Amino acid sequence: MTRWGARAGPPLLLMLGALPFAFPSGFVLTTATLLLLTAILGQSWNILGGYGGQSSFGHALFYGTGAFTTALLQVRFGWNAWVAAAAAIGAGTLVGAAAGALVFRQGLRGSYFALVTLAFAEIARVLVASFDITGGGFGLLVPLHRGAASFQFSDPRLPYWIAWTVVLAGVLLTIGIERSRFGARLAAVRENEDAARALGIAPVQVKTVCTAISAGLAATAGVLYLQIFLFIDAANGFGVGVSVQALLAPILGGLATPWGALLGALALRLMAEMVHAVAGGLAGIDLALFGVILILILRFAPGGIAGIRLRRDA
Amino acid sequence: MSTALLLSALVGGLANGAVYALVALGLTLIYGVLHIINFAHGSLLMLALYASWILWSALGVSPYVALVLLAPLFFALGYALQRWVIGPAGQGRDANVLLVTLGVSIVIDNLALAVFGPATRTVDIPLATSTIDLGVMYLPLPRLIAFVAALLLSGGLWLLLNRTDLGRAIRAVARESDAARLVGIRVAHIHAVTFGIGTASVAAAACLLLPSFYVSPDAGYAFVLVAFTVVVMGGMGSFPGALLAGLVIGVIESFSGLWFGPSLAPIGIYAAFALVLLFRPTGLFGARA
Amino acid sequence: MMHAKQGSGVSRRRLLAGAGAATLGAPLIAGAAPAPVKIGLLQPLTGFLAYDGIQGKYGAMLAIDEINAAGGIKSLGGAKLAPVLADAQTSPATAIAEVDRLAGEGVAAIQGGFASDLVLAATQQAARHGLPYMVDVGVVDQIVGRGLTNTFRFGPGFGKVTQDGLANLAALNNAAGKPAKTVVIVHENGAFGSGMAKLLQAKLPGLGFEVVATIGHPTPQRDFTNIALQVKQANPDLIIPSNYKNDYILMALTFAQQHVRPKAAIYSILGGAASNAPFAAQHPKESNYIMDCNHYYDPNKPLSKAFAAKVAAKKWDLTYELMLNYSVMRVLADALERAASTDAAKLTAAIAASTYSDTIMPYGPTKFVHGQNIGAAPVNTQIRDGVVEVIFPTAFASAKPVFPIPAAG
Repeated sequence: MTRWGARAGPPLLLMLGALPFAFPSGFVLTTATLLLLTAILGQSWNILGGYGGQSSFGHALFYGTGAFTTALLQVRFGWNAWVAAAAAIGAGTLVGAAAGALVFRQGLRGSYFALVTLAFAEIARVLVASFDITGGGFGLLVPLHRGAASFQFSDPRLPYWIAWTVVLAGVLLTIGIERSRFGARLAAVRENEDAARALGIAPVQVKTVCTAISAGLAATAGVLYLQIFLFIDAANGFGVGVSVQALLAPILGGLATPWGALLGALALRLMAEMVHAVAGGLAGIDLALFGVILILILRFAPGGIAGIRLRRDA
Repeated sequence: MSTALLLSALVGGLANGAVYALVALGLTLIYGVLHIINFAHGSLLMLALYASWILWSALGVSPYVALVLLAPLFFALGYALQRWVIGPAGQGRDANVLLVTLGVSIVIDNLALAVFGPATRTVDIPLATSTIDLGVMYLPLPRLIAFVAALLLSGGLWLLLNRTDLGRAIRAVARESDAARLVGIRVAHIHAVTFGIGTASVAAAACLLLPSFYVSPDAGYAFVLVAFTVVVMGGMGSFPGALLAGLVIGVIESFSGLWFGPSLAPIGIYAAFALVLLFRPTGLFGARA
Repeated sequence: MMHAKQGSGVSRRRLLAGAGAATLGAPLIAGAAPAPVKIGLLQPLTGFLAYDGIQGKYGAMLAIDEINAAGGIKSLGGAKLAPVLADAQTSPATAIAEVDRLAGEGVAAIQGGFASDLVLAATQQAARHGLPYMVDVGVVDQIVGRGLTNTFRFGPGFGKVTQDGLANLAALNNAAGKPAKTVVIVHENGAFGSGMAKLLQAKLPGLGFEVVATIGHPTPQRDFTNIALQVKQANPDLIIPSNYKNDYILMALTFAQQHVRPKAAIYSILGGAASNAPFAAQHPKESNYIMDCNHYYDPNKPLSKAFAAKVAAKKWDLTYELMLNYSVMRVLADALERAASTDAAKLTAAIAASTYSDTIMPYGPTKFVHGQNIGAAPVNTQIRDGVVEVIFPTAFASAKPVFPIPAAG
């Protein structure tokens, strides 16, 4: 069966890799960078929501942990940015493992799982905004120190390529999971937990590991956001908007496919460009049109963009 | 901490909780029957707040009178949304339905901004500022009305679901939609009717809320997360559960606000929510799965 | 806020990246109509800050219309100003992308931002393009003095507003025979409200006030009854609220409902709706005597009266966002006139050297030091029977302050 995702994904990723040669700075590069960050967050959500079958509404918890940990370690403790980044990704992974273990051990799934993760993220958001060490209501501003050693580049192409490399790694990670024994166990758990248990698989353990991997990738997106924009506050790190953004791209692009999140992020960007070209002068109308297009895509491509059939199966 | 303050926090919490329950009633019905998370709920609430405000500002219709007009209107809106937008575009996939309702909320929010403008509106009716002197506090009359209405509406919805043929059909679809189809129930129609009733409930909640609140294009978001919390805590699809959970959450919020400050009050809500779910995964009133 | 996030970075089709001011520096050919000067207007036009953003847009557009009607920029051959609108929504990332888009479209300068987090992000990005950036509101002090030479703030920052707000409060209180001693602070718990609360807690004791309670709350706060009752129990002489517009309105209505009536006054500093004309007009009873220290114009100048008449004719709300953006655009046009060029460096130098004084704001001639207009100052307003009146400093006042407020009748 030929699907659009596997066909279009690799050349699109290559083109994105070459994009800075045509657009070394400016609007196209900045929006493409944001697109890549959306894709990474989407890939992270896809691992848990698509492959693991557990829709989270609280991915901001992991993303925010990444962004805030690295900011905190640099601003408050003077850590080197790269070391702080590694620690932040580790922290995100740990938070994922802890949240997964706690929630799955209690047997929560479906909407219950979704809303508990949302509650966790909201608790984190309120807490972070309440204490001075985490920047309180203002947030954390990382001082400008351009230079490779401090993970801040004056050439915007470098963070772009770093994000691009993470997207590539995300695709490879996803394909790796798909083909591994772990992926097979994950699929078994997703389709029928009782049957999986009969086969000697421990569902809680499998789902917890899956959450940890997903959380680590989400934290990576948070770290990249922080290093590019050098500022994070509670709403931009742990807000509901982040959790919604995490699920938008992979569902639109195609769940449980390696290329879905990237295609979804690309589609969202193109839609945004389109409505701006048509109704950019009419704030509000443009976003309403965006919503209409979103609904129409789902109506006519229910399996996501990656799932659109190129030709009928023989 | 004085007894007066504790007592008034209890009354205030119950009054707020009733509003949360009101907003959550429609959501829990949709959640329980269609098994979908309706992201557009807050936007529909906002739309109904505007509808009620327009009736007041243009024609001088009190929101309490507007309720009678808007409930059927929003039933039709909800029916149409589910029948011709959410149903066909969601195609029965949970993730897609989620995104479709998100799309619907984006459309409603931004159209509201474009049409009504960004200003904050309030209604100015004598009843809105009337209070009852309880000694420890002045209980706003709109809150008392909302409290009574929450009891009546949850009771009415319970009767509708448990004592009528329509209710039996809705429950059949909620439990086994395939089996329901086999016995001749038009599932798509019942889904749309359910969504319509849920949306009509939101309109009722909006009319009861408006005299003690305001409307602006982002007004719905103040209530949407707390409504989800109420729905899950009360057990999906349970009206008595939503009522009880709404009141419980209102009181928890009120007391945690009193003790830890209003800034940290949301933590009280979400912590209580997470604890209930972790130890009683089907909610306070949920059926054993 | 969801709706504001997922469309993040809605932006126009690409233009040649880095085009900068390619066409703008071109010499004018005699006789040909001069190329219009593009000005970027960056505002939160959608999302929960849309009211402020749209008000800001109106103000800037009104000034542009007037300048164009009066013959445009004369030193550029009568070139018209052409606004290019950009929606920052409510996300710093979107603001950054929009700055890039505006740079790509060849704007000569960018004005706006409103919220501090948006302004912080946008000014930093505009600096990368070397584009002059005129901040309209953005009160956080870190915005200027970060070493960004492209960034100019016409209005006063947080520190200045608070300092003046407190000095004016002390002056009012002393003049009235010190009726106010105890204070309750009610603040939203974001960057703005908690920053304000911290500053007030540090400064008020030195001015002879005692802070008896500080109550923070999230935005939005669904109900203010408990807060009102806590304030009532503390029974302060003075309430100082710092929160956003919707919450401010709900708070004021709840205070009235719960009969919370401080002995001296409700005195806001940068209050969300405390000098908002529609709030005053719609709720004359509940808003009566509320004081604010905020950005506001000098209502007595002839220019201000003409401005207010135009705003009324267009049926817009007369608010500080409108006043500031109107004024900032005039400063920018004056700089363009003097620079006689749209070259970024020349324009930046002209703005930095600005000594403009034909403004509706109660400021002296503009003087930018490290990007901050040190002539800028807030004024005190008081709502009186549904109308926002300026009460302090007396040179600009349209009414005499009522302090302490009369006892409830």
